[in-house]
Amino acid sequence: MDLFVSMFAATIIAATPLIFAALGELVVEKSGVLNLGIEGMMLAGAAFGVWAHFAGLPMIVALAAAILAGAAASLLFGVLALTFMTNQYAAGLALAIFGTGVSAFIGRGFGSTPVEAIKPMNLPWLSDIPIIGEMFFRYDPLVYFAFVMFGVVSWFLYRTKSGLALRAIGESPDSAHAIGFEVIRIRYLAVMFGGAMAGLGGAYLSLVYTPLWVENMTAGRGWIALALVVFSAWRPMRVILGAWLFGGMTILQLQGQAIGLSVPSEFLSALPYLATIAVLVLISRNRQAMTLDFPVSLGKPFRPKG
Amino acid sequence: MTPRLDLRGIRKSYPGVLANDDISLSVLPGEIHAVLGENGAGKSTLMKIIYGAIPADAGQIYCDGKLLPEHGPAISRELGIEMVYQHFALFDSITVVENIALSMPGRMDLKRLAVRIREISERYGLPIDPDRLVLSLSVGERQRVEIVRCLLRHPRLLILDEPTSVLTPQAVQKLFETLRQLSEEGCSILYISHKLDEVRELCHSATVLRGGKVTGTANPSEASSAELARLMVGDDLPEITVQPTELSHGPLLAVNNLNVRSETATGTSLKAVNLEVYGGEIVGIAGVSGNGQRELAAAISGEKIASAPEDVVLDGRPVGHFDAGRRRDLGLGFVPEERLGRGAVPSYDLSENALLTAHRLGMVRHGMAMRSKARDFASGVIEKFNVKASGPDAKAHGLSGGNLQKFIMGREIELSPRVLLVAQPTWGVDVGAAAYVRQTLIDLSRSGRAVIVISEELEELFEICDRLCVICNGELSSPLSRAQTSAEAVGLLMTGTGGKAAGRGAQTERDRHVV
Repeated sequence: MDLFVSMFAATIIAATPLIFAALGELVVEKSGVLNLGIEGMMLAGAAFGVWAHFAGLPMIVALAAAILAGAAASLLFGVLALTFMTNQYAAGLALAIFGTGVSAFIGRGFGSTPVEAIKPMNLPWLSDIPIIGEMFFRYDPLVYFAFVMFGVVSWFLYRTKSGLALRAIGESPDSAHAIGFEVIRIRYLAVMFGGAMAGLGGAYLSLVYTPLWVENMTAGRGWIALALVVFSAWRPMRVILGAWLFGGMTILQLQGQAIGLSVPSEFLSALPYLATIAVLVLISRNRQAMTLDFPVSLGKPFRPKG
Repeated sequence: MTPRLDLRGIRKSYPGVLANDDISLSVLPGEIHAVLGENGAGKSTLMKIIYGAIPADAGQIYCDGKLLPEHGPAISRELGIEMVYQHFALFDSITVVENIALSMPGRMDLKRLAVRIREISERYGLPIDPDRLVLSLSVGERQRVEIVRCLLRHPRLLILDEPTSVLTPQAVQKLFETLRQLSEEGCSILYISHKLDEVRELCHSATVLRGGKVTGTANPSEASSAELARLMVGDDLPEITVQPTELSHGPLLAVNNLNVRSETATGTSLKAVNLEVYGGEIVGIAGVSGNGQRELAAAISGEKIASAPEDVVLDGRPVGHFDAGRRRDLGLGFVPEERLGRGAVPSYDLSENALLTAHRLGMVRHGMAMRSKARDFASGVIEKFNVKASGPDAKAHGLSGGNLQKFIMGREIELSPRVLLVAQPTWGVDVGAAAYVRQTLIDLSRSGRAVIVISEELEELFEICDRLCVICNGELSSPLSRAQTSAEAVGLLMTGTGGKAAGRGAQTERDRHVV
């Protein structure tokens, strides 16, 4: 039971950076823009968060720095993809590479120096409930914030007019333009939201999860976040489920390695990636659901006619 | 009185085309003003300029006497200019009420908006369900959504682009009542059309366009149809000639008690459909869109395989269990409603598109496509069917609607099908090409083939068909002989209120026909 509880808690924590990054990308893609550069934006967030921390700034400011770094990185992509209408795939890949390089440069000074991590909250009463307390009420604030963001994103996309407009733009920017929406501006906002969320996800890794700066420390989570969005068929709830699945498999394989399963460790390390994609492919087979949630204009540059 | 809208010297050019050349017109408050012209005359471009969706190269727009320094859709909406597009600006993946909410100012309250939509749609006889996904709506239903969307915003100038092509005659009358009521309330209306009768019945004044220029203005209730047509087309319209015909002994196509359950909750199921089409005749399928036309076309063409082989019989042979390819092999031609994406691949050139169905004419050897044969075939079709295209290498999406339709029709006819099924043959096709397409269908039937035309344009069906069936809510009426029925009777059947009288009359007519 103890093992289960601790693995459950570890899963929730491992999923948190993915939830941030993937929810952000979900909003970006719903507006019809494909930003492949999540990995780069996460790394930028991770490095700048640590940099601000070592500059002696309070943790909340370090997080803000990470968010700003992610948003600034996405702005670069936005200028290329939205203003200059370059190919979104190429611009996104460039951002991924650029972010990796910049973060390595920023992080040179404090590589592998341990960070004083954000501490789990001790909620009076709740944290003390046996089992339940450990499973649900002893996380750091960012874990809860990830759930708040899930609520916010779902509410925004499906309950607000702006969210409706965003989805409409993702389906047909031409029609949205025709009824008077500022397609480019709204897409910029979406892209920057995605960047901010990726930056926060990266900071979660370097300030809470690891907690220290290591070059290339995201280890492909940016790409997993991207896959989560696609295979979740652009639905927030499935993004969360996919993130948990990935987090759970990560923890499972660590356990497996720890107890010395007679399976090559490389295979175990690959397991989370394989399992997540396999499961998400299976649940996204319903084609009618796919056609409803798929942003039809995804990856296509929008050029106002005239 | 200050005009609600005053255009002066509007000019717009696209690469290679001068779409609008020095166009001026003015519309008074409460006036219903027609803009008449063939497809391609520049009407739609002009309307988009008025709405602000595209900028003009030159010229001024005055609204209520004030010059608009700049223009855009948002400015139009502030001024109360609303537009019902010919190609609807609706989003498929969201519901009707959500679509409408997007163009309403202020906070979103879907429940209240749904109530208002129901009120408006009932008051103006435009039934729509606010909670349905637009994805599942037919063309006609989408138009209703567009019109209701405009009406909800209390427009001061309403632009309607070919609004009646998808409506029943009764619904057209209903729409006209609505428009007249709006006009009495002081709303100006720009009514874009190529249908002279409608313009003469409804409009107070008319501006006629041809080739991007104003060729005249007229009071449509005083001018004769012939005068207006001359302004519109330039020379006289091609006459369609219908020769008497001789029917084949047995039906070339029979549909027997066909039931098709709709796959989606919002589609239409076909209920016990019976249809016999003889060689030498054209049978028309009339109906308001979304009543099962799509399902019927899919069931006959083989896109949807029937439950029993005997459900569809082609020239005496049960083919219900065959797919579309096998049915084509056996002599069934099909020209679908959507030209780009279904009738032809937009990014393919014409010879490649020819290959898609005409590979049956020996264009494939050892599994390899013979491009030179495909090119020859495509060139032949281009020449024989007067397709205006640079040649067999022209991309399908580069052709105008009419020319691509001629090409697709030609491709199918060159395969010499025993039975040809055509859906919406002249949708978005200019007058000249439409007449050509219709004449081609008549000639094909007179050479002993069976032709089925599914169309929402009653005038067209009355022009070319020997017999007419009406599809309503997935049920197909008994055939009516064209000579012995009227638009009103067909219109009643289209709304499902035709009752049994028409059906009985049709039954005796059908017996006579078979004898």
